[in-house]
Amino acid sequence: MIDKLLETTFDAVADIPAGASVMIGGFGTAGMPDQLIDALIGRGIGDLTIISNNAGNGETGVAALIKADRVRKIICSFPRQPDSHHFDAAFRAGKIELELVPQGNLAARIHAAGAGLGAIFTPTGYGTLLAQGKETREIDGRPYVLEYPLHADVALIKAHKADRWGNLVYRKTARNFGPIMAMAAKCTIAQISEVVPLGTLDPEAIVTPGIFVQRVVEIAAAAPAA
Amino acid sequence: MNRMNREQMARRVAQDIPEGAYVNLGIGLPTGVADFLPADREIFLQSENGLLGMGPAPAAGDEDPELINAGKQPVTLLPGGAYFHHADSFAMMRGGHLDICVLGAFQVSVHGDLANWHTGDPHAIPAVGGAMDLAIGAKQTFVMMELLTKQGDSKLVEKCTYPITGLACVSRIYSDLAVIDLGPGGAKVIELVDGLSIDALRAVTGLPLIEAARLPRS
Repeated sequence: MIDKLLETTFDAVADIPAGASVMIGGFGTAGMPDQLIDALIGRGIGDLTIISNNAGNGETGVAALIKADRVRKIICSFPRQPDSHHFDAAFRAGKIELELVPQGNLAARIHAAGAGLGAIFTPTGYGTLLAQGKETREIDGRPYVLEYPLHADVALIKAHKADRWGNLVYRKTARNFGPIMAMAAKCTIAQISEVVPLGTLDPEAIVTPGIFVQRVVEIAAAAPAA
Repeated sequence: MNRMNREQMARRVAQDIPEGAYVNLGIGLPTGVADFLPADREIFLQSENGLLGMGPAPAAGDEDPELINAGKQPVTLLPGGAYFHHADSFAMMRGGHLDICVLGAFQVSVHGDLANWHTGDPHAIPAVGGAMDLAIGAKQTFVMMELLTKQGDSKLVEKCTYPITGLACVSRIYSDLAVIDLGPGGAKVIELVDGLSIDALRAVTGLPLIEAARLPRS
């Protein structure tokens, strides 16, 4: 019987090695898999390359990972925000390398990796600093920039419901990068709010089919603040 | 000099967004356009983080941290709205499915080049987000901005000195002084605020602005 559910977040991240490339879902804090990241921090490994839209917000998620000094490089679209102080400090101290990617190119490169494409030509960024030194081509009269896929060893994502086969549905704008990161990583680990019996997710509504998901961990809802 | 305030600018942009348009409003000044969209038009607001049919901010206490806009502020979803992932969201832009995108700007060139993501300050931490995708993706890219900097320099320029976001992508500027169409032929003024002459606008911008055939006053 196939059962992708694991007991704890620590089990789920137990074999991620130092130096791994790790995709982390989320747009700001929506969809950020905080508990999986906490478990990753708990493992004590570093030298990670992180692929995520932002470079951390506040004190949790990617921000906590950077604060703990585990990130060698981050590939993202929007690092600088009012609450990105841990990234800002690490970047100014020269402790973290930044590859800045336009958000749609980030999504397209992640999707390209998951879809098995060798590269993409994108119109975004043409003629800008972010395309300097990159190959370009005119196709049907429009200029494009050659960009390569972004693969990762692991994707940590947050979804709403899952069954034991790893079929996922998401919640509202917490979906964001989850479905495409799940496709692009060798091992996708989803933290979810609710496990449901196999066969109860509407097959017409499953967003990420289980083929893209290797491990699932249920996170108990936080107790309401007293 | 008479000039429109930000609310008047937002009202002016909103007036030009037609029934049925799929629209992305950028962070900052353009976000305010949503407040003035005519109630008798159905207009679809897209948010880059995976939302179409975006509604206004929720009532206090009804915020959902998993229902936010591109500026990471809590929003609502209108009946008929949809959620989708990031590859679909940016396909809507890059694939030319959005009708209109309204962006803020540091500088715009008379040929429609846009600079709005980076001041060029070598000490600044750069961030681009969806700016480059939005700039070149929508069928029409409008810029909404004050035409002059606080120092009185024109933000409409012959050639951008700030780093470029997209080339030849802006078709119209809605500013506090004038509405200006841009294109290969240069900058054509189609509306002026009351009391401002085309020559006065040429003087403050230092540009050879073209005058629309029958220039109305806004």
